[in-house]
Amino acid sequence: MDQLLSLFNTYTAEFPTVWMAIKILLLPIVPLILAVAFYTVTERWVIGWMQVRRGPVYIGKGFLQPFADVFKLLFKEIIVPSKSNLFLFRLAPMLALIPAFAAWAVVPAGEGIVHADVNAGLLYLLAMTSMGVYGIILAGWASNSKYAFLGAMRAAAQVISYEISMGFALVGVLIAAGSLNLTEIVHAQGGNGGVFEWFMWPLFPLFLIYFISGLAETNRAPFDVAEGESEIVAGFHVEYAGSAFALFFLAEYANMILVSFLVPLFFCGGWLSPFPESWGLIGKGGPHWLAVKVAFFAFMFLWFRATFPRYRYDQIMRLGWKVFIPITIAWVMVTGVLVYTGVLVPNS
Amino acid sequence: MNAVIRYFKSLLLLELLKGMALTGKYLVAPKYTVRYPEEAIPKSNRFRGLHALRRYPNGEERCIACKLCEAVCPALAITIDSEQRADGSRRTTRYDIDLFKCIFCGFCEESCPVDSIVETHVHEYHFEQRGENIVSKQQLLAIGDRYEAEIAAARRQDAAYR
Repeated sequence: MDQLLSLFNTYTAEFPTVWMAIKILLLPIVPLILAVAFYTVTERWVIGWMQVRRGPVYIGKGFLQPFADVFKLLFKEIIVPSKSNLFLFRLAPMLALIPAFAAWAVVPAGEGIVHADVNAGLLYLLAMTSMGVYGIILAGWASNSKYAFLGAMRAAAQVISYEISMGFALVGVLIAAGSLNLTEIVHAQGGNGGVFEWFMWPLFPLFLIYFISGLAETNRAPFDVAEGESEIVAGFHVEYAGSAFALFFLAEYANMILVSFLVPLFFCGGWLSPFPESWGLIGKGGPHWLAVKVAFFAFMFLWFRATFPRYRYDQIMRLGWKVFIPITIAWVMVTGVLVYTGVLVPNS
Repeated sequence: MNAVIRYFKSLLLLELLKGMALTGKYLVAPKYTVRYPEEAIPKSNRFRGLHALRRYPNGEERCIACKLCEAVCPALAITIDSEQRADGSRRTTRYDIDLFKCIFCGFCEESCPVDSIVETHVHEYHFEQRGENIVSKQQLLAIGDRYEAEIAAARRQDAAYR
């Protein structure tokens, strides 16, 4: 055993890039792809149940349905519109997918379970989540199709509008936490109060706005005008088929899971237990608590989709600019006052 | 004042929560979907499916070649030829139903004076070759023999209303 371990250590020391690639494959990428696969089938179940149907039940009781879907997509022909920009057309799905995966570098799954524990993790996240829209815009433009172009324009306007309220909501978090490091933001929510130490209480409006902006950022219902199937068929990915479409699909669901991770990390104490630390075993934090919270927010995504009709375009713009941005600015000031008067103590 | 109240009501997302409560209720409600090949909904006694020719309990075929069904058939799907059998009774030599022409109206069944031609509850059947859609007398009698118990039970239950 010791021999094996020393052999392992020499190999990892000799080929650090290979070891890094294996680590990246093991921690975010493979579990993320599996999570996306099961998230899609869960979405079909939940929406089915809410519409008093059963959802997929036949292929392996429904559990093997995502694999059937994926292999079907991978074996399909990629059809390229004849007058499209071929280079950009092929680049766009990759540009959508790469930031969706790259953002996971700074997302901690538990105490110390993170690839890059960087100080400016929050800024890196903001940058990565905003980059995804380039893939969408390029996809819409390179397709040389009216519907795809309309979808891309809508997506661009929507993502830019909601980025602002999202950023302001995070400003509140960083004032309250006194740090841009995600691990430290979670630590700042610890303490003896359990659930009452979390940022969702003093920052409640920011918590709601961050989650709703997250819905809009990922182009999910009720903000899915970018792909609104009743008006513009499928929006920016109208012309994509086969594995290129699968990449867009993967990017969208990876982003949804990312938002479901970030909301608990920023507002609901991350991997901390909702019970006070003095309660012993159930008061101890751990990745299982984070998993419960992530599952809850991921379920909310599906619940919203099954419940709400799509917002009209002008309503989306009104909500983003005239409701969310004023409220977030006001609450950032309230947070500043709370910190200044000592009600909220950063870094505690 | 009203506008202010409306503003705060929309800010509290009350209507959205109401909608989510409704879908949340249906999430756990029993589902309507019938998993068709595994489970089926009950059929009426008067269900009009695949045709059959019945026999009497002693094995004699009921049909007396009166050709009322052929005459009443609005789709002209039934073709009957008849002759005198050796014992002097009148019988069919040919009784074909073209199931592509048939509209499953049930007139043949209603017109039959001896309850010979009937429509069974069977609706799951298929053809693999061209020409199989024309069902001959032998096939119809075989269907009747196979489902006689169910056919008889359905007629018995419905007898009071005929």
